[in-house]
Amino acid sequence: MIRVALAGNPNCGKTTLFNILTGSSAHVGNWPGVTVDKKTGIYKKLDEQMEIVDLPGIYSLSPYTPEEIVSRNFILDEHPDVVINVVDATNLERNLYLTTQLLEINVPVVIALNMSDLVRKNGDKLDSKILKDKLGVEVVEISALRGDGLSELMNAALKASSAHREGKTLLKDKDLMHLVKDISIAFEGKAVENPLFHAVKLVENDELETKAHPDLLWMVDKFKQTFSDDTFGDDFEALIADARYKYIAKEFSTVVTKKDVSNGKNETKSDRIDKVLTHRIWGLPIFIAIMFFIFHFTFSEDLLFMGKMGLSIENPGLINFFTGMGYEGEALEGIPSLGVWLQSWMGWFTGQFISGFQWICSGFKEFGDVAAEAASSTWYGSLICDGVLAGLDSVCSFIPQIMLLFLFIAIMEDTGYMARIAFILDRAFRKFGLSGKAFIPMLTGFGCSVPGIMATRTIENEVEKNRTIRLMTCFSCGAKAPIWALLAAVATACGFGYADIFVFTIYIGGIALAIILAIFMRVFTKDRYTSPFIMELPQYHLPQARNVAAHLWEKLKHYVYKAATILTASLIVIWFLKTFGIENGSFCMVEDIDNSLIGYIGMVLKYVFYPCGWAINADGWKYAAASVTGLVAKEDVVGTMAVLFNGGAEDTLAESIHTLTASGIYSFAVFNLLTFPCMAAIATARAEQTRIEFLKTLAFWFGVSYVGSAAVYWVGTLYEVAWWGGLIVTLALAAGVVTSGILVTRKTKKA
Amino acid sequence: MQMKLGELEIGETGLIKKVEGEGRLRRRLFDMGVTPGAVVSIKKKAPLGDPIEITIRGYELSLRKDEASLVIMEVEK
Repeated sequence: MIRVALAGNPNCGKTTLFNILTGSSAHVGNWPGVTVDKKTGIYKKLDEQMEIVDLPGIYSLSPYTPEEIVSRNFILDEHPDVVINVVDATNLERNLYLTTQLLEINVPVVIALNMSDLVRKNGDKLDSKILKDKLGVEVVEISALRGDGLSELMNAALKASSAHREGKTLLKDKDLMHLVKDISIAFEGKAVENPLFHAVKLVENDELETKAHPDLLWMVDKFKQTFSDDTFGDDFEALIADARYKYIAKEFSTVVTKKDVSNGKNETKSDRIDKVLTHRIWGLPIFIAIMFFIFHFTFSEDLLFMGKMGLSIENPGLINFFTGMGYEGEALEGIPSLGVWLQSWMGWFTGQFISGFQWICSGFKEFGDVAAEAASSTWYGSLICDGVLAGLDSVCSFIPQIMLLFLFIAIMEDTGYMARIAFILDRAFRKFGLSGKAFIPMLTGFGCSVPGIMATRTIENEVEKNRTIRLMTCFSCGAKAPIWALLAAVATACGFGYADIFVFTIYIGGIALAIILAIFMRVFTKDRYTSPFIMELPQYHLPQARNVAAHLWEKLKHYVYKAATILTASLIVIWFLKTFGIENGSFCMVEDIDNSLIGYIGMVLKYVFYPCGWAINADGWKYAAASVTGLVAKEDVVGTMAVLFNGGAEDTLAESIHTLTASGIYSFAVFNLLTFPCMAAIATARAEQTRIEFLKTLAFWFGVSYVGSAAVYWVGTLYEVAWWGGLIVTLALAAGVVTSGILVTRKTKKA
Repeated sequence: MQMKLGELEIGETGLIKKVEGEGRLRRRLFDMGVTPGAVVSIKKKAPLGDPIEITIRGYELSLRKDEASLVIMEVEK
């Protein structure tokens, strides 16, 4: 099978091309650096099947980011049969910079000139023949989005793959070429593959190259003694980068001819959108408002705020919001948001599904409660219906809400707004000792902590990297979303009626806490270095249905897969622990859940978590047990609660969990947000950190979640008893945090 | 006159004379097209004043004032 590598700049449409070629659903975003690792798929439309490898987007083949190293090593070491270099025709100059480096490798290259339709749509002229003539490789105009030119491209790739192509440099007219030639001969003597590429990199003083071949460095040093450029002196790194760009500007300035020369100075649509979204004053409030409405549409029980309006007539609503009381009876019933509405349908559907199983397990007794009771009395009925299905039901019933949340995030990514969020927030974050580079891992962390922690590799500075990994749990990952959805429903059932605000504060509060923690983490380190923030801001474009759908499909697949494997397995274990125990002095199926194995374990855990508040009441051990099973996968928290609380047929799960106060709900949420992530994320952190740093990370996660949760409970309880008392303590705590924050900042400035 | 990229006002345009700094940071700037001879204009500043957004080689790049201060510009004034 022929192996085709796709290489190109971030955001040049490479992954869109990959998706359309392979029919696969790799995730695409209008956000530099979406592909962290390479993905593969098969192109089947030609006689010969072709394996397509989508490499991470890169600006250069210098080894300074993990993406660049992955791409560079793949092309050099894995010997793809042909490289398709995807070039964004609307941004030729910078895209061709990578091309000039790719061409130096001994590998067949075909250039896919993407977005060529957009260039023409602007009324500009595009002449791809110039490129073909000068670069000496096939150039095919395509539109990955509309699927134009794909068969021509793949045919060209197939044809190119059969011939050998010798690496070629565009630096040939420079004096420096003598040196490059000498070194490449030396490389040939050492039987190194791709001598030209390595020779140029060595002259560029490339970190990997100088480490791999220190024996040849004398040639560069000797040359430097006699050679000096007028502007660059012996700074070959600058000289070569400059030569590449000069060559591109000189030879290819006529590839795209703008219809109107002043066009570049006119405001584009993207500029006009940006004027609003990154506005000096409104940029931040707009960001917060967008985030709030996303959660409102997904989680609110009261879409049009009708309940809140009713509340405001009867009671001073604000105080009730903080105390979590007084939301009973007098408020109007609101219209649910799309997320809640979909979830209720999903719940109905899965409920029918379970009833069906109960009916079968009961030996076809009367459909409904009778069958349910009969099914529970047999061990297999209990295992299937009360163990596995009840758990999966509660996990799966949140799929619509989670998909909706990811839909909004995918739209933000695909339109290019995500890159602007980093732009808006960088300054604020840097004050706290984190750079813009930490954004990408953190934003990824909202999806899943595992790639989030992996993405911290882009942070060169070890101290900052460790900090970012520790703060990862503050950013609520997708698997935690079912917990919030359940707790939001519990909050409603308990009469604390602001489900959307509850979830919103979890997310925003997490960010705020990350900032506070980051400030304090700086106290313990003398390192003031923050890594640079040099990022492309892509043009806004409408979200592409294909890309957004691909993203959602990927998430859904992952979710269902996880439910079918790890969650089902752990639910069986939990069911076993819950069903068996010691009663009347012997090991058996227990009548009273308190005597079950998990009951004993939970009782011990209950006292461990006693100060956190949510473990105090009679059901406390169930919350403790649920939190621990969250180590396997965060969805398990919800699954375990479903199994342990096991509400009657009349009550929903949320209604049967009514033993918590508002502050208890918040405290439980805070604990589960901040505590250890799932096993997969813990293992990833271990892989990224040294042993000592990893142990510190574990201690950090547990300490912060334990203390944070306890603080929320006790301060919250004070509010419930006497709101003014709570307010005083809150203000005192806030003042303490702000003062010590200022002191710390001052101290670090002096240092 | 010569000045640093970070000191330019919004809307001003200049020519890059020299890129200071060292190692990875400098390499990154080169790779993103911030090389001597390139024309740069300042497009915008973030709500909190930093980072800045520049137009270079036909695209939009954002970088901090710290990084921008490494870039020495020739500006007509």
